[in-house]
Amino acid sequence: MGRSKGEMRGGAVTTGSLLERESSLGIILMLPGALLLMVFMAYPFFLGIWLSITDSMIGQMGHYIGLRNFKDLLTDTIFHQTARNTLIYAMVTVPFKAGLGLGLALILNNRMRLSNPVRAAVMMPWIVPTALSTLGWFMILDPVFSPISWLLRHFGLISKNINFLGDPNLAISSVCLANIWRGTPFFGITILAGLQAVPHELHEAAAIDGAGMWHRFQHVTVPHIKGVILIASLLSIIWTFADFQLIYVLTKGGPANETHIFGTYAYQIGLSATEIGMGAAIALYMFPILSVFAVILLVYLRREE
Amino acid sequence: MVGSERLSNRLLNIYLPLVFYLVFLLFPFYWMTIVSLKPTNDLFEMKYNPFWIQKFTLENYRYLFENTAFPEWVKNTLIVSVVSTVLSLGCSIFAGYALARLRFPGSNFLGVGIFLAYLVPPTLLFLPLADVIAKLDLYNTYWALILTYPTQLVPFASWLLMGYFRTIPREIEESAMADGCSRIEILLRIVLPLSVPGLLSAGIFCFTLCWNEFLYALIFMSSGSMKTIPVGVVSDLIKADVLFWGSLMAAAVLGSFPVAFLYSFFVKHYVSGLTAGAVKG
Repeated sequence: MGRSKGEMRGGAVTTGSLLERESSLGIILMLPGALLLMVFMAYPFFLGIWLSITDSMIGQMGHYIGLRNFKDLLTDTIFHQTARNTLIYAMVTVPFKAGLGLGLALILNNRMRLSNPVRAAVMMPWIVPTALSTLGWFMILDPVFSPISWLLRHFGLISKNINFLGDPNLAISSVCLANIWRGTPFFGITILAGLQAVPHELHEAAAIDGAGMWHRFQHVTVPHIKGVILIASLLSIIWTFADFQLIYVLTKGGPANETHIFGTYAYQIGLSATEIGMGAAIALYMFPILSVFAVILLVYLRREE
Repeated sequence: MVGSERLSNRLLNIYLPLVFYLVFLLFPFYWMTIVSLKPTNDLFEMKYNPFWIQKFTLENYRYLFENTAFPEWVKNTLIVSVVSTVLSLGCSIFAGYALARLRFPGSNFLGVGIFLAYLVPPTLLFLPLADVIAKLDLYNTYWALILTYPTQLVPFASWLLMGYFRTIPREIEESAMADGCSRIEILLRIVLPLSVPGLLSAGIFCFTLCWNEFLYALIFMSSGSMKTIPVGVVSDLIKADVLFWGSLMAAAVLGSFPVAFLYSFFVKHYVSGLTAGAVKG
């Protein structure tokens, strides 16, 4: 058990025996991926922690300054605004995405003609490059060319175009709308996969027992897809919390910082203003919150297994 | 009249809401497409209905290919995506197989580690990573993206492939081993051919993510001719004058097309790939 032929023959460690022994082969096979992850993920992560406790500028390693960056951020009103925006952006959009996604999944779960092309079509917001589809939204929400404004004007509901992205009161709702659009298909297709795992006999048995549609939904469907919805929500929160491109393309964090989230603010301070140490601190503020959601997800998945 | 009642029920419960969803989810693409197909001057013509094309033109597409660096962006994106996908798939096949079949010290820990790596977002790493790329002197080279993208791809792809490899009956491998095949031979000659659907899902997943990636490409590829499509379009096509909409939308349509096309062909694989992680856990 566990002793390979090579070892028994005399213990000479040859390449051949390394590839045969389960334990060494396992490690060798993990190596390429692990190496890439160490150099371009683990190392930058720790480098980021180091940068965040220095006053580094781009191209110029700074000095150790303790937690000053983190303390300064706590009194930075733009950072407060950023934290608030990120919470809204990540949390408020989730119930909409989950609700719309559930509706979409329930529709797609019906037998219908052209179901494959329909599924492909509704997935488009999720799979095409976000930066490019967001350009579509950039125009749809434009103060001059917006088709929404045009429609509302056409029907006499407004007299002046709406400045979706430039009005400080509207900007956060507008970026949330684009985010909901982008995320709904992910929920839809994930919940659909959950729905298809519901045994058909359960529905039939409940129907024979006289359970109505709503009843069956509540007592047969919901218990089966609760887990999938929870997993999708956690993933969505993590991704949205750490988003960048949608905001960058639509508003770059404006107007008046009303739509800055951690990613865009870290970019602005760390790269545009070249204060890479401070930028790293902004990004690291995400870490504890992301960890909480990641741990919940991990614990849940382990329990399921 | 049961039949017609059922039909009207279906209309109300399925097709009507479906139309709402299709309009909501597809309208931005419709809008991008029609704007890309009209002369930009028509956008200012208030008497025209903006939801339709009055004068059809391919001028915006011609402009894109003749007057911008778009063709180079396509080339860059293609090179980076293909090489990075191949590299990531290679790493993921090995890692996925090791995690699925081999017992080795630290395998449990590495399994969890890979799952957590999947959850690490680029925004957490991009500033220090910019420093690493600068030290390695990789700015404005394909390698900057080819080597960093796998950190986003390998975790999920390994996870996905691990699931596929586990579905292959152990007995097949054991009998091959009894016939004197080495583990590597088994992986290459038996496991991989049986895992084509999984490889396809993982490959499409990797390629799509590479094609769509924005943040790393924005930072590591600052020179105009080295940009990828999403970055080039967003940073170089939006100009101070207002006549850019047509070519901007044309670029967005063309840049979206390859993944939309790829995906439509392999919709089933992609869906299973996308959801496998969430559903199978």
